Amino acid sequence: MISVKGLKKHYRVSKRPPGLKAALTALFRRSYTEVKAVDGITFDIAPGERVGFLGPNGAGKTTTLKVLAGLLHPSSGEVQVDGHVPKRREDAFLKKIMLVMGQKQQLLWDLPPSETFELNRAIYEVPRAQFKETISELTKLLELAELLGKPTRQLSLGERMKCELAAALVHRPKVLFLDEPTIGLDVSMQTVMRDFIRRYNERYGATLILTSHYMDDVAALCPRVVVIDKGQLSYDGGLDDLVRRVRPEKRVVFHLSKAVDRADLEPLGQVVSLAPAKAVLQVAQDRVAATVSRALSSLPVKDLTVENPPLEEVMSELFARSRAAREEGQADGESEEGGGEGDWE
Amino acid sequence: MSVRGTLRAAPTLLRVGFAEAIAYRAEMFVWVLSTTMPFVMLALWTSVARDQPVLAPGGARFGSADFIAYFLVTFVVRQLTASWAAWEMNYEVRTGTLATKLLRPLNPIVGYAAENLSALPMRFTVIVPVVVAAGFVTGAAPFPVDPVLWLAFCAAVVGGWLLTFLANIAIGCLALFIQSSIKVMDVYLVLFFVFSGYLFPIQLFPPWLRGVVDWLPFRYQIGLPVELAVSMHDRAAAFSLLAREGVLVVALAVLVAVLWKRGLRRFQAYGG
Repeated sequence: MISVKGLKKHYRVSKRPPGLKAALTALFRRSYTEVKAVDGITFDIAPGERVGFLGPNGAGKTTTLKVLAGLLHPSSGEVQVDGHVPKRREDAFLKKIMLVMGQKQQLLWDLPPSETFELNRAIYEVPRAQFKETISELTKLLELAELLGKPTRQLSLGERMKCELAAALVHRPKVLFLDEPTIGLDVSMQTVMRDFIRRYNERYGATLILTSHYMDDVAALCPRVVVIDKGQLSYDGGLDDLVRRVRPEKRVVFHLSKAVDRADLEPLGQVVSLAPAKAVLQVAQDRVAATVSRALSSLPVKDLTVENPPLEEVMSELFARSRAAREEGQADGESEEGGGEGDWE
Repeated sequence: MSVRGTLRAAPTLLRVGFAEAIAYRAEMFVWVLSTTMPFVMLALWTSVARDQPVLAPGGARFGSADFIAYFLVTFVVRQLTASWAAWEMNYEVRTGTLATKLLRPLNPIVGYAAENLSALPMRFTVIVPVVVAAGFVTGAAPFPVDPVLWLAFCAAVVGGWLLTFLANIAIGCLALFIQSSIKVMDVYLVLFFVFSGYLFPIQLFPPWLRGVVDWLPFRYQIGLPVELAVSMHDRAAAFSLLAREGVLVVALAVLVAVLWKRGLRRFQAYGG
């Protein structure tokens, strides 16, 4: 469905130091620097797959999405989406895809969302019967009935995002690029959006690429992740596998009936946090059973859970490692340590 | 989108555009107020011509009644040929919101055209009273009786709108190369005001300057339709001028096509 080979997108950006003198100098002589937003990434995505793009700010995730959606022309490399070269922006291609940007809107600001839906129906040449069916389905699933007649400017952010998503799906795209679709939304609205996106993928077999800084989005939606850092692909594989490799330890959370000393916990594993009624330990995966058994016999445990470390922490550690590797100029050497199902590059 | 598809979508584009124009009605009326310069010019030139007609270098004579008819029609033509796509494009390029339009299978230029045209019904609310007033004040005398010249007037208005719109788009496209082309539009507007016949009939220019003005697009945006409506040309002259207008429309359309194609390669879809 999606094939990307050696994609590069480099920008020439004018650069000047602050101050009046620099401003005047820049009028006559401007200096430029080349920014490598995407620097030679390669991956393939099968039809119907849900893939999360992860990376710190400025990593090149959104640039990659924009190239895939045909908004940006690549500096070099080959990109194909369902047999189309995106930069040509052929009608047949545009009718198959949609890019939803959490920070940009296509809804007409002063008109109700229903007008944008109608406009998209006309532009995408959606048959009237299919349009009615789609809108009634979207209205039900996203609970839009109350919102369709209100001017967009009067909608809350969450309401607007639901309508944005609905507007993006009027033509039932086969490939959906979602760039921070839940940004700024409260937790319950994030859940609504995630559920809806998963249902859409399952119902229509749509291919889905998601970027988000909310790790819960990625964990809930994407069995596969592609990690991009400084324009380069640093991991491509399963999310669980990524977590296992970056943080092979598990977290054991103990709910206690009375307070314990740190000294009682330290022999069991690394103490992550300790409160009067709760303690969190980090232990190697092969020692979880033994640790639990010892804790149950020696501590006042009311309840316990075994969890993966939070995804945010895993990603912070991954990015910190990449940064360190780059700084030491050893990125290539490090990347070969991965192995297994996922690819470290 | 194919031409057929675009035509099928056109009624919805225009209807939604009109709904937006109504939503912005206060802003629209303020804009209309800002286009009342022809009335100021009308007062100025009728006062100049009160005692004796103004004699143009080519021998044409403009009396008070001629100026009244000329500037009332100028106001109407300005309303009919208005476009603001350059400002819209500049905003959308700078903020990256052009991206949402580029994702749709409809050329954004068609979208801008529909947006500009769908505001016309609102403009008729100010055009109609001015036309009625023109009829009362001047009588039928200044206007042509030949229906062919009225058809030529209609063609000239369409050409005038196309020139105005395409000039806006061409300047808007420059934003894809230089980030903001609003200042270029400001310069264009200064030239437009001077050379279009908006402030005074171009017949008042010295002959050497007329030769230049005849091959610039400005006159065809306002001056030509107005001149045709106030019977300043016979059929032969009208057709010749319309042909020039056509050449300029084609030239600007080619320029827009080149700038748009090249500019899109440089579009950086800022933000988000």
